[in-house]
Amino acid sequence: MEIFYSLLPELIRIVIAAICGAVIVFGNALVMGYAERKLAGHIMFRPGPMEVGPHGIYQLVIDGLKLMGKQLVIPKNADTPLFMLAPLIAFAPVFVPLLVIPFSDKIQGFDLDVGLLLILAFASINVLAILIGGWSSNNKYSLFGAIRSVAQNVAYEIPMLISLLAIIFMTNTFSLKEIAAAQSPVWFVVIQPLAFLIYIVAMVAETNRAPFDLPEAESELTAGFHTEYSGMSFSLFVLGEYANMFIVCSVATVFFLGGDSGIPLPYFEYTGIIWFLLKVYLLMFFLIWIRWTYPRTRFDQLMNFCWKYLIPFSLVNLLITVVMVKLL
Amino acid sequence: MKSYFSTLFTGAWSLILGLKVTIKALFSPIVTCQYPREKMEVTPNYRGHIDLVKFADTGAHKCISCGSCMRDCPSDCIVVEGEKREGVKGKVLTIFTLDFTKCSLCGACVEVCPTKALDYCNDYELAGFTREEFYFDLLKRVEERE
Repeated sequence: MEIFYSLLPELIRIVIAAICGAVIVFGNALVMGYAERKLAGHIMFRPGPMEVGPHGIYQLVIDGLKLMGKQLVIPKNADTPLFMLAPLIAFAPVFVPLLVIPFSDKIQGFDLDVGLLLILAFASINVLAILIGGWSSNNKYSLFGAIRSVAQNVAYEIPMLISLLAIIFMTNTFSLKEIAAAQSPVWFVVIQPLAFLIYIVAMVAETNRAPFDLPEAESELTAGFHTEYSGMSFSLFVLGEYANMFIVCSVATVFFLGGDSGIPLPYFEYTGIIWFLLKVYLLMFFLIWIRWTYPRTRFDQLMNFCWKYLIPFSLVNLLITVVMVKLL
Repeated sequence: MKSYFSTLFTGAWSLILGLKVTIKALFSPIVTCQYPREKMEVTPNYRGHIDLVKFADTGAHKCISCGSCMRDCPSDCIVVEGEKREGVKGKVLTIFTLDFTKCSLCGACVEVCPTKALDYCNDYELAGFTREEFYFDLLKRVEERE
């Protein structure tokens, strides 16, 4: 019982952090879904959703209700347990990285020493979910989407890790809070522009978004790995995708854009979250922007770009960083 | 080795140009017509279904119930009937109906009309739930028209 009372503050902290994580995941999906459709519309000279509420702001709520009401269709020869498991595997791990992201000085679930490793480990579970979903659907389009996704994610994780490793060498820590605090005079995007560029490209590929959305290429694979998914199991994939976007953008903010640093506001330990979210959503806007600008890459182009450009450049960048850290 | 770097730079430059195009498009005014709330002007040349013309000088149609349109119609969708009345020269039109479910909009009736009493109307919002909604009484339409 005494152990329980001594652990109680931590337990309450875990519950609050988990609830906040859920709010972030669902709220972010609503905001991003709406923003994506609205921006896509305006880029194509049309207004986007306009019917539900003023300027269609309730469109995503209605869509969510519709998806909840839809029947879950399981294909006849599908591997049913795996088929039902895949959306959960895609969705559930996104809560864990949110716990270690330092939204501001005092708004953070836990300041783990291995925060970055935790994020990268849980972010890569998404690949497994896509592979299981594509395999268990018993559909050739799904399987092709899954195969592409695995090849792409495995390839692009390398430059992503190496570009982040350059920052790790400079700060000597995996803790996200300390990395954010280490860039108080200058943001690392100024010192490490190449690593930032590589990270941005790898981030787009990791979240399976256009122009690297080969796992769900509509024109060739119907919908890729989620061809057979309907209703809520489909929307869990979408929620997971948007949450992953939020996580990779948060990591970019922490590593390159100074975390919550910005013009000081009153109660800055808490209000720093405004600057943090502003930076995250600017990056998200950039992701939407490039999605509606670039056509999809071919698979060999995708792989060539990673193995011939991103990985050599990130290795050279890492080497230079290591030498500079040693010399200075 | 030279092409390795030149590909990189030309490619990156083209990507930036692409972003410029879409950001300009993002802040340009929309060009689509928001249909139920906004309606576009229909050109006077639009060929909808036929209608009797209301002439400004007499305030009435000029149909003489000759029945040329009825005989000329390849789809048999026009019915014209007229009757002789005391003190009125010629026939008076009593029935003029168009069965729009069969009409193929060929315009033979408009071509053949000796008094140019028929013309195409500009109605384009033609949707209904029953067949009967498309049996148009053109005589009633011309009388109700402003």
